[in-house]
Parts: sequence; C-alpha cells; structure tokens
Amino acid sequence: MSVLRPQDQLPGLNAATILLVGKEDALLQQLADSMLKEDCASSLKVHLAHSLPLPSDVNRPRIDLIVFVINLHSKYSLQNVEESLRHVDTTFFLGKVGFLVTGAGRDSHCSVHRNTVLKLARAYRSPLLFCDLEVEGFRVSMAQRLVRMLQVCAGHVPGVSALSLLSLLRSSESPCLEDL
Amino acid sequence: MDSYDIPESTSSRLKDHFIGATPLQKRLESVRKLTSFVPPSPQRKIPQCSQLQEDVDPQKVAFLLHKQWTLYSLTPLYKFSYTNLREYSKFLSAFIVAEKQKGLAVEVGEDLNIKVIFSTLLGMKGTQRDPDAFLVQILSKSHLPSENREGKVLWTGWFCCIFGDNLLETVSEDFTCLPLFLANGAETNTALIGTWFQKTFDCHFSPLAINAFNLSWMAAMWTACRMDHYVATTEFLWSVPCGPQSLDIAYAIHSEDAKALWDSVHKAPGEVTQEEVDLFMDCLCSHFHRHFKIHLSATRLVRVSTSVASAHTNGKIKVSLNKSS
Repeated sequence: MSVLRPQDQLPGLNAATILLVGKEDALLQQLADSMLKEDCASSLKVHLAHSLPLPSDVNRPRIDLIVFVINLHSKYSLQNVEESLRHVDTTFFLGKVGFLVTGAGRDSHCSVHRNTVLKLARAYRSPLLFCDLEVEGFRVSMAQRLVRMLQVCAGHVPGVSALSLLSLLRSSESPCLEDL
Repeated sequence: MDSYDIPESTSSRLKDHFIGATPLQKRLESVRKLTSFVPPSPQRKIPQCSQLQEDVDPQKVAFLLHKQWTLYSLTPLYKFSYTNLREYSKFLSAFIVAEKQKGLAVEVGEDLNIKVIFSTLLGMKGTQRDPDAFLVQILSKSHLPSENREGKVLWTGWFCCIFGDNLLETVSEDFTCLPLFLANGAETNTALIGTWFQKTFDCHFSPLAINAFNLSWMAAMWTACRMDHYVATTEFLWSVPCGPQSLDIAYAIHSEDAKALWDSVHKAPGEVTQEEVDLFMDCLCSHFHRHFKIHLSATRLVRVSTSVASAHTNGKIKVSLNKSS
C-alpha cells in the first residue's frame, strides 16, 4: 500500500500508534524514548520512518497519528517531508497529522524560514508545533503533548475526537489568517 | 534582513486605530504584525532597487569597498545628536587614550597620539525616514609637520539604518535607531569603541550572525547584478555537521554561468521572490548531487562569495565592486 489511510485496519485493543516521519534519526529516537517513558493508560507504540511510503511487506498496526518532523537547519528535511506528504491519504488530515518543527532556537543555523513551515501547515490544515528537540526539558514536555494528542486521535479520550481537537487548536489563531 | 510586503489597507487601518497609542502599544502592535503576518501571495517579495543610489557620493563611500567588515547589531542610541559630533570625537579620543594608557590594550611601539573623527555619511540609507548614517574613524596623528596631517586610518566603524521602517515605528523620540554597525580594524579598538558607546548612549552591541537562509538570498541577489566583466568566481562554502570534525565543501562556479542560471529562473524585473531564490539554490544543489551524490540541502551554507560581495555566517562581509549601473 503506497498511500497511508487511517481506516485501513481495525484498531487494536487499547493500542495507540504514532508514526514519526523525519530525517533526523537521533532526535526522533530521543523523542520516541521520551514518549514511551510517559505514564499512559493506553499501550503506546511509536514507529519511526525516514520518509513515506512505508514498505508494504511489514505487518504494522493501525496508525493513529502521523507527526512530520522538520528541522529548520536543513532544507533537506523540509523537502523530505514535502515528498512524504504525497503518500498520505487526505482523510488523515482531519486531525490525525501534525507538524513538529525543531531548530528554531538557533536562528544563526537556520536554512529554512519559519514562514515556510507555517504556510505548509496552513496548506494542510494541520497543527504546527515548535519544539527544540535537542533540549531535554522541551523534548519531555513535547512528548507529553504528543501522547495526549495520540490518545485523542486513537479515540481513547471519551468525548473528544481528532477532528474536535483540530478545531480547538485552530480557533486560537487570529481570524485574518484563515482565508488562506 | 527580511521584510514583508504589508498590504496598505491593513497597515493603514491599524495605524488609524493607534494614532494616540503610547510607545508600548505601538511596539506591541508592531511585534504582533511581524509575527502573525503571513502574506496572501505565495511568494515573499523584496524590492531590488534602493533609493540610496541618488544621494550617494561615490568618492565618499569608496572607503567601504575592498575591506572586510564585521557586523554587529545595535540597540537604539539614547539621546544621540548629530549636532554634537565634535564633542563625541573629543570624548572618545580621551577615552581611548585613557584606556590604552591603563595598560588594557597594550601593543609594543603603538602611537598613542590618536585622533577620533565622527562624520555623517549622507545617502547611506534606504528611505528618507531612516536616520543618517555616521562614521567613526580612529586616525593616528603624525608627529612630523611635513607629513600629511590626517595620518593613517587605524580603525573604521560606521552605523547605519537601511529600510528600518518596522523598527522606526516603535522607537520613541529620544532614541536614534541605527541597528547595523560595521567595523574594520583591530578587535581591541572595536571593543573600546563599543564600551564607550554602551556607556554613553545606553545601547548594546551583539555580533550579527547571518544564517544560511539569508546567505542564500544574498547569493541570489548578488548574482542578479548585471556586471560588465566578472573578476571572481562565485563560490559557496558549505559546512557538513559530522563528528568529530566538521567537513567543508567548497563549490565554485563561473560567475557567467551563475548569472545565466539566475536569468533563467528570474521572472519579473525589479523583484526577487522566495521561489526564485529557492529554485536557484536547488538547481545548484541538484547539480552537485548529480555528480557527487551529496545532498547539499542537508548541510549548512556558511559562506557566499560573488564578484559583487562576499558574506560569511559569522557576520563578516566584504563589498568588492562598485556597480556603476
């Protein structure tokens, strides 16, 4: 299957799976470790991938949330994410996709402007999170946030769905930007 | 460095609302405009031509060329006045002589008879609103009356503000906003001048680093300059972040080829868009990838050198050629 679809498989019992896509191996691994350390009622699974499409011969559980990780220091990571986005079904973008941007703290090393990722996130109507994954404190709090988002997207939080979370996240932006 | 095309209707609507605003409100509004604004068109545009070409006297700014300038970012100067330049010269001379005699900056055989000159640089500004640039020079006074009285220039520094509209809105009347400081000369002198300015005008200097994003814009815009003849190749230096030592990749191309590439990418005259800059750099990177299978986009651009000017990420620039057209 070259395109990821959210409803391709049945959900596992009490399982929540997140897919982190990005070229930054070390940072993704550290983020995954921080997420797995979190206290969570659901059984978490974290999948890491360099890019999409994922190899089709592997047996994997249903993916509840995809987070694309972009490093502002490297245009290559942005190009990789833009390429991978083409292999995601549109129904995923109803709250089950997020963008995580790292590296904004060190402006002197940035090759990609913040506005570029802002426009990308707005084009895909998905939440954009900024976090310096190299700093442990920020990474831990971002891991907590991602775990909560994942629980919502897996349907483990009663009364909140991925789509309602998405509209909650979006209403905090100023209204004049919505007509993009 | 980057500026946005703020649509006229939005800015005028906000300005009307803030006619009687305090400086703090103005500052908050300006910050909000900068952070929340996303331009409606897909590209960001920066005007290519600047107004300063009319006022500049070529002889006076000839000293700017062929020198390496170190860039610093400067906070607004408090109660700086263009009419007091002579007093500033005297105070700064006295300060430097006193500091050097304290033994803080000791060099063997140094001539302590120095003179400091402050002068305004007319025309070094982007728009009429920008405050005038001024120049500080440290000259060594010669002992012999037969020699040229001016002496040798030991250190040069100049302060300027180019297209500082966003900043000028938030600054109150007591402050002069000249955010860019360029220095050429001994580092000890730069530190002394910096200390004096910080004490006298309550400002703060910080070294200005140029990130890879801005360097790629500089490369594109300098390549776009039409030249009669090219004296140097266009060079890029990329730093590969790999432990334990970092690798450097130097990529040199003929300036005519770079210009040809830019011309094929560039559309509207007088305007440079983000897409064109990205395409220009992507072409160079994909050419490199085809030959060496290395993704330059995963590395960091640290230096750009063209026939017009060169810039390094640590804030050192050099303008090589005075474009006549």
